[in-house]
Amino acid sequence: MFIINCPYCGERDQQEFKAGGEAHIERPKQPTELSDDEWAGYLFMRKNIKGVQFERWNHAHGCRKWFNMVRDTSNDEIKLIYKMGEKPPSE
Amino acid sequence: MKNKYSVFSLIKNAFSYHENWQRAWKDPTPKKEYDAVIVGGGGHGLATAYYLAKKHNMKNIAVVEKGWIGGGNTGRNTTIIRSNYLWDASAGLYDHALKIWEGLSQELNYNVMFSQRGVMNLAHNLQDVRDLKRRTHANRLNNIDAVYLNTAEIKKFCPIINTSPDIRYPVLGGTLQQRAGTARHDAVAWGYARGADEMGVDIIQNCEVKGIKRIGNSVEGIETTKGFIKTKKVGVVAAGHSSVIANMAGLKLPLESKPLQALVSEPVKPIIDTVVMSNAVHAYVSQSDKGELVIGAGTDDYVSYSQKGSHQIVEGTLNAILELYPIFSRMRMLRQWGGIVDICPDASPILSKTSIKGLYFNCGWGTGGFKATPGSGDLFAHTIANDEPHKLNVAFNLNRFVSGDLVDEHGAAAVAH
Repeated sequence: MFIINCPYCGERDQQEFKAGGEAHIERPKQPTELSDDEWAGYLFMRKNIKGVQFERWNHAHGCRKWFNMVRDTSNDEIKLIYKMGEKPPSE
Repeated sequence: MKNKYSVFSLIKNAFSYHENWQRAWKDPTPKKEYDAVIVGGGGHGLATAYYLAKKHNMKNIAVVEKGWIGGGNTGRNTTIIRSNYLWDASAGLYDHALKIWEGLSQELNYNVMFSQRGVMNLAHNLQDVRDLKRRTHANRLNNIDAVYLNTAEIKKFCPIINTSPDIRYPVLGGTLQQRAGTARHDAVAWGYARGADEMGVDIIQNCEVKGIKRIGNSVEGIETTKGFIKTKKVGVVAAGHSSVIANMAGLKLPLESKPLQALVSEPVKPIIDTVVMSNAVHAYVSQSDKGELVIGAGTDDYVSYSQKGSHQIVEGTLNAILELYPIFSRMRMLRQWGGIVDICPDASPILSKTSIKGLYFNCGWGTGGFKATPGSGDLFAHTIANDEPHKLNVAFNLNRFVSGDLVDEHGAAAVAH
């Protein structure tokens, strides 16, 4: 359980939010040309990192907007929050 | 040779104040090379090693464990055992395990305290009723004992359940599997460890895997905190940390690791002599032999390896427990903890070869792996020894996420996963 600083609403309790999984998985631009392997990669395969991971979160019981989060999954520490469409930090 | 545990050994050791019991397993230093190494010394990993040695005559093998054996999810689960799954593949897999459970204490000469006290699954709305009836029929077609109970029959079987029609989620019916029940979770790990050790398996604790060495597309060995170990076959049974090991080998798995919580109450006199689960309100409860209520909560929805979960998850579960069992309203909770579970998109496990020769994965058991421990070990041992899956785990291959042939038990089993 932790506090999340929504980029639109400010600090709120984590239970207002819904985790949306790994961030920056791009929807295939040419779906018809994808092999089964590539589809499996897009739909199911995840990095599932122990450590710093890029994620999407949704303020489901608040402004309902999506945003990105950089979080250390080994101790739940939030490193950075940035809006959808913004470039992920390089480090 | 291990001394056999019996009432006579108990009496004999009483004369020396129980100070001279033989060690249940050794504490060896790793050899330079093994025929196979199992990564992960939980119940599944130790069972795999046990059956590799026993049924496939592979004695030069090791189990490496980063902590102590049985200190991960094996010691953190709520010990429920059942096999009433909907799909044929799952029914085959879990009932195979249940059949081994029935003779396990005798086989291991170790009391795993397997208690077939029955598991009930409750229905709280019409769709639940339809789903549970469908599953009962499916179970019976698969030769798995299952009966559907109406509300009065549920009240008779477990009188402390509140079956009043005016609660928020009234009990409309439920299923019962009589052969299902619970077992002592630590004892399973200890029993398999003792049995495997006796056959010459090296159980190496405090030994964390740091890398997987490959030559071309074949496994050559593993880097560990206790040095390099050469081996052609690596079976990974690392539960929540499966993806961590997979990333070392450059593989991606369809897993997300999430915290799953459980809690126990203060010990009280016997009050509930079965296991009751409810998927819709997400509450399940049984009572341990010590008298504690053992309560399972749900998973958090975010990836975490922290072995901690969110407070509201526990709160939600306890709300449901109190609605169903008003008698527990003044119970105090003693301990709460979290374990990290690796969840597949279809909520079914992976017992499979991989694209790398000699690398095998047994993972994705999600929130319900304990019940499968003996069967999982048996089938995974078969897969490693023969480099081919057993017919019971062929459906649980890694390729199903490419072919689309999923074993979708998410919700289909109509029980809390």
